[in-house]
Amino acid sequence: MTRRSLRFATPIAALVLLAFVPTFGFGLGSLLPGPLSSPGTLQLFAVCLIFAGVALSYDLLFGFTGLLSFGHALYFAAGAYVSDIAVTRWHWSFAAACLVTAAVGLVLPLVVGAISLRTSGIAFAMVTLAFAQAGAILVQKNPRSWTGGDEGLGYDYTRVPAAFVGVFNTRNLYWLALGYAACVVAIVAWAVRSSPGRVWQAIRENERRIEVLGLRTRSYKLLAFVLGSFLATGGGVVYMLTVNGADPSVTTPDFTLTLLVMVVLGGTGTLWGPVIGGALYWYANQRLIAVGGSHAIQSLPGVLRTPLSQPLFVLGTLFILAVFFLPGGLVGLGTRGRAGRAARGSTGPSVEEGA
Amino acid sequence: MSTFVLLTITGLGLGAMYFLVASGLSLIYGLMGVLNFAHGAFLTVGAYATWFTESKLGGISSVGLRFAVASIIGLAAGALFAAVVELVLIRPLYLRHIEQVLVTVGLSLATIALVQGIWGSDARIYETPAWFHGTTDLAGTHIPNDRWLDIGAAVLVLAGLKVFLRSTRYGLIIRAGVENRAMVTALGIDVRRAFTLVFAIGGVAAALAGILSGVYFTSVDPARGTSLLIFAFIVVVIGGLGSLTGSAVASVVVGLSQQYVNYYSTGLGDLSVVLLLALVLLVRPATLAGRTA
Amino acid sequence: MSVLLEIRDLHVHLGGSHVLQGVGFDVPEGGITALLGRNGVGKTTTLRAVLGLAPRQGSILLGGESIDREQTHRIVGRGLGYVPEDRDVFAGLTVEENLRLAVRNGGARYELVHELFPELRERAAQRAGTLSGGQQQMVAIARALLNPNRLLLIDEPTKGLAPALVSDVAHVLERVAETETALLVEQNLGVVRRLAHTIVVLDQGRVVHTGAAVDLDDEALVHRLLGVGQADGRGLDGARTAEGPASPAPERDA
Repeated sequence: MTRRSLRFATPIAALVLLAFVPTFGFGLGSLLPGPLSSPGTLQLFAVCLIFAGVALSYDLLFGFTGLLSFGHALYFAAGAYVSDIAVTRWHWSFAAACLVTAAVGLVLPLVVGAISLRTSGIAFAMVTLAFAQAGAILVQKNPRSWTGGDEGLGYDYTRVPAAFVGVFNTRNLYWLALGYAACVVAIVAWAVRSSPGRVWQAIRENERRIEVLGLRTRSYKLLAFVLGSFLATGGGVVYMLTVNGADPSVTTPDFTLTLLVMVVLGGTGTLWGPVIGGALYWYANQRLIAVGGSHAIQSLPGVLRTPLSQPLFVLGTLFILAVFFLPGGLVGLGTRGRAGRAARGSTGPSVEEGA
Repeated sequence: MSTFVLLTITGLGLGAMYFLVASGLSLIYGLMGVLNFAHGAFLTVGAYATWFTESKLGGISSVGLRFAVASIIGLAAGALFAAVVELVLIRPLYLRHIEQVLVTVGLSLATIALVQGIWGSDARIYETPAWFHGTTDLAGTHIPNDRWLDIGAAVLVLAGLKVFLRSTRYGLIIRAGVENRAMVTALGIDVRRAFTLVFAIGGVAAALAGILSGVYFTSVDPARGTSLLIFAFIVVVIGGLGSLTGSAVASVVVGLSQQYVNYYSTGLGDLSVVLLLALVLLVRPATLAGRTA
Repeated sequence: MSVLLEIRDLHVHLGGSHVLQGVGFDVPEGGITALLGRNGVGKTTTLRAVLGLAPRQGSILLGGESIDREQTHRIVGRGLGYVPEDRDVFAGLTVEENLRLAVRNGGARYELVHELFPELRERAAQRAGTLSGGQQQMVAIARALLNPNRLLLIDEPTKGLAPALVSDVAHVLERVAETETALLVEQNLGVVRRLAHTIVVLDQGRVVHTGAAVDLDDEALVHRLLGVGQADGRGLDGARTAEGPASPAPERDA
């Protein structure tokens, strides 16, 4: 009983602490754009939290079930774009927009998943990539000017709950993002401990053996796929509110790859790994640009300065180093000898290349 | 009619570029089981090395010679970069396919960011011999000459690779290894050298694609590698991984489809190609399943 | 007889099952040692473990030198020939190319191979994928005999062959046994009785009997160790069990 309460105690405490962040007036020097309570910092944190949640939703597929999807961006983008379009182009109420987005968040992965899961391994990765790419192209084509093409679509702020509009309300967006991340953590934590969740992890280890036991693995995989994608769609809606619209950068395969980086850096197959990875990645992405302009970096010789001022270079390199030296991700640093991970000594699930 | 001819030749020209990228990808996946996301980076390195060299060769008066020399440097850069990547990043992760894919993802992000850091994200103009900008008449249509260059290069590379695979020991090892890598090692052959070679070949072909794309689009930018890579993936999957002929045929199909569908349907060409990929994978999932004889 | 291959406490885990649980036996220099057992007991896995094609723990000594930590191509380079259970000839390559690929440092015994398998010389330019099962088996065996090897590892060479071909293969193996050493996995007891001098019997990943081939004359012993249906010399063909994942057809990863 005490162990259980201990397991809940730390996350609850962290949640409470994070909830109070907008009340803290102090800053952290150049680490942050401003004091903790400032809109700039809160927005940064909000997006960090959103990505923490989305990364975890991706890990549900990749780390827990062993599904290497290269198309997770599709559902996140769907969340952002559908809600934005519904509100801004179709002039629906926000509630209605959320409903239709939720519906899309269920139906889209159901359809795509049902089709894609007819394959597995690398083939599955490529099919999911293809679907995501199709989505990205669709956005770019800007049918009926709905998506805004390359420039993205700013939202119609009059149709969005006033609590989320305006710079002064950034703290509300922060809390919304925190709520989202907390929900994702709770849902994923519950799901992987449930009985389908155990099947997912068994599928990751050795799918053939599970099939031999008579379980229809495809249904379980589809369940994981839909759940993870639905959670990502939710993140997309929150993201749209936080950045005041939808933009095409979240539709690209590059974006899914950055999700992969977040998850691996943080630690695949764990609850907190992707959370930390997602938050840290976004933070690094944003602040490296600022830090890159700082005096310390500018004074370095050109050979070092140029690469270090490019966030993706630093992150890409760290990622490579993590694959080699930190198979358990950042989370693995803290828990040496974690049973499954240490024994495998590998970064990800052993995805086979054939059905 | 003349539009059709132009569309066809253009489709073949683009298909040629896709094939050049796809050929390396296909061999690498077929032999090593590695889905090489860094292939776009090889392309970028080759393209930028060529551009950079060309800009430094002001002493040579002939544009054609400058371009030729710069291209050779670019190809060498692509080969070298690819070989080093294989030795340093891929080989240590032997048999850990997921990690290998992840490492290529990281490398791709890092390389493109580095190029962007050094030369910015704006397009860099290629200086090319005047002939490339001219046109030739075919069936009453004016065909830009660079298309011939693309098609010619792809045909040469395809022929060269075929000869290499049929007539050399390493070619034999690669052909056998694509079918059954374990059995090749069971014959006492160290396949790892073939791996490095295949990566180097892929690097050269990708670099060539990069250079040709610089001619076709008259410039290079850091995003070029990624955008061509997507199409190359599609070609490789449709054509069958490990099959050069398959990639050749698929690249023609993809290049042509893209052009025709784009023209006759206001811009759905890219979409149709992507959906074609999904279709092929669903109908023929064995395309990417564990390779057997 | 001196010992050419010495295996001690060999363990192999595959796909979560403990396929070999401390296998140990000797292969004496010269002639054929037969590795017997029902389907799924770990015979193929043992051969693959010796070659480094399966992850192994334990001690494997070839001519006194340890090979249990070496990579496959190095082990093979010490003079091992392998005839896999599923033949694993390269379908896209011609017969001649299949053989050429197997040649190590010159000194290939083409004359011997052509003498033993005249048909292969005729079909040199034929794609191996278009050969019949029996012909592919010949390629697989020829490939292993091409180099003067210290040890041949042969996995069920007569499986799925018509009786006439079984006889041909047995002839070839007889010739081989005169001058080489082989570890032969075989279900056909008639062939074993004719060719082998020593037998090692596995059951559930362990060695349960070692002895001379004449032991096979004892029907009670055969029944006890190898189950019913062996008496007519055709061997049990049952569904693959635990050994299944260990030896599928051409697998990507070793």
